[in-house]
Amino acid sequence: MTVRKNQAALTADEKRRLVAALLELKRSGRYDAFVTTHNAFIVGDTDNGERTGHRSPSFLPWHRRFLLEFERALQAVDASVALPYWDWSTDRTVRAALWAPDFLGGTGRSSDGRVTDGPFAAAAGNWPVNVRVDSRTYLRRSLGTGVRELPTRAEVDSVLSIATYDAAPWNSGSDGFRNHLEGWRGVNLHNRVHVWVGGQMATGVSPNDPVFWLHHAFVDKLWSEWQRRHPGAGYVPGGGTPDVVDLHDTMKPWNDTTPADLLDHTRFYTFDTDG
Amino acid sequence: MPDLSRRRALTAAAALATAAGAQAVLAPAAGAAPAADATPQAGVEPSPGAMPSADPHHGHGMPDMPEPFDEVYKGRRIAGRPTTMGTGHEHHGGYGVFVDGVALHVMRNADGTWISVVSHYDPVPTPRAAARAAVDELEGARLLPFPAN
Repeated sequence: MTVRKNQAALTADEKRRLVAALLELKRSGRYDAFVTTHNAFIVGDTDNGERTGHRSPSFLPWHRRFLLEFERALQAVDASVALPYWDWSTDRTVRAALWAPDFLGGTGRSSDGRVTDGPFAAAAGNWPVNVRVDSRTYLRRSLGTGVRELPTRAEVDSVLSIATYDAAPWNSGSDGFRNHLEGWRGVNLHNRVHVWVGGQMATGVSPNDPVFWLHHAFVDKLWSEWQRRHPGAGYVPGGGTPDVVDLHDTMKPWNDTTPADLLDHTRFYTFDTDG
Repeated sequence: MPDLSRRRALTAAAALATAAGAQAVLAPAAGAAPAADATPQAGVEPSPGAMPSADPHHGHGMPDMPEPFDEVYKGRRIAGRPTTMGTGHEHHGGYGVFVDGVALHVMRNADGTWISVVSHYDPVPTPRAAARAAVDELEGARLLPFPAN
């Protein structure tokens, strides 16, 4: 069974293996297919139209499945690898080990945002940004400039305390846990982290930065924490909602999985804090 | 893939999406293919005379359409106006935004704020603010036409 660990607790060997698997997915072209899929959904999901990956109740199960697909691709390269998560409410500065040269590398240089250290720096030659919205082919970051502060644990707790999963109109204007976690409303958790990282992470092609997966693995973990806090609450809506993935509707692009199939993460993996 | 034609970019994107099991995702983009046939420069700003003033099929349930704008910001021409033209699969409430003549994918949120594909998690009040944020983010880089963005 896959165990997803806090990135801060990874051993040097675990980091090495994860990085190697990421670079191999990139080399083979599999990595960029995930970036393309994400961008297709992010430009296609709209508040007044069909919405699946973002700004909708299925934001959480969609990303759970997307990460599962990605994790399986990593494991096809190295079966020992699991996706770690980045608890940005704790590891909240540019000095976190996450950003060290033996893992993801640090922030970008001020002139052009280019990441200059770590395995994903353009100069290493292993991380061309191919699926992109502008002419720049190098990984960029600007940690802590688009917004100064990552969410605090108190802010996370305030969102985990919201007892309703989601609410009409089931979009970026909704009240409820999902939209507060996604960040279109309230203290802003998930969206703010994308902005804090900057570079490609602030764009529709955000999976170009490997931290995308660690960010979403933590968002996914927060969903499981919310379930534990609110055992009587569940995914809504339950049926008949136009443009929205109901509990038993299949989700694009897989068309073989419903939110109901994805509610229990322990079918697929556990967290180092489960138990 | 900055120098690919729209058709070739679509094909490449479809191949990548298929590799990810994402055939259905590209349906909206595929729907834009006829426009690409008729307009090799699809994704590049049409002439103003070709632009209708408004699109009755868009903006349903939305606030009034924002005013057009056209200015030079940090040395780059940014423009926005209501449109039915162009870029096909994107959902922008019938409002097109261009940076140096290249369409910038923008989207209006339920609360009336705006985002663009280069600043997708950070709503701003107006499409002009989204265009300016894009210029800031691009730091002089050339925007790629749809469907790449």
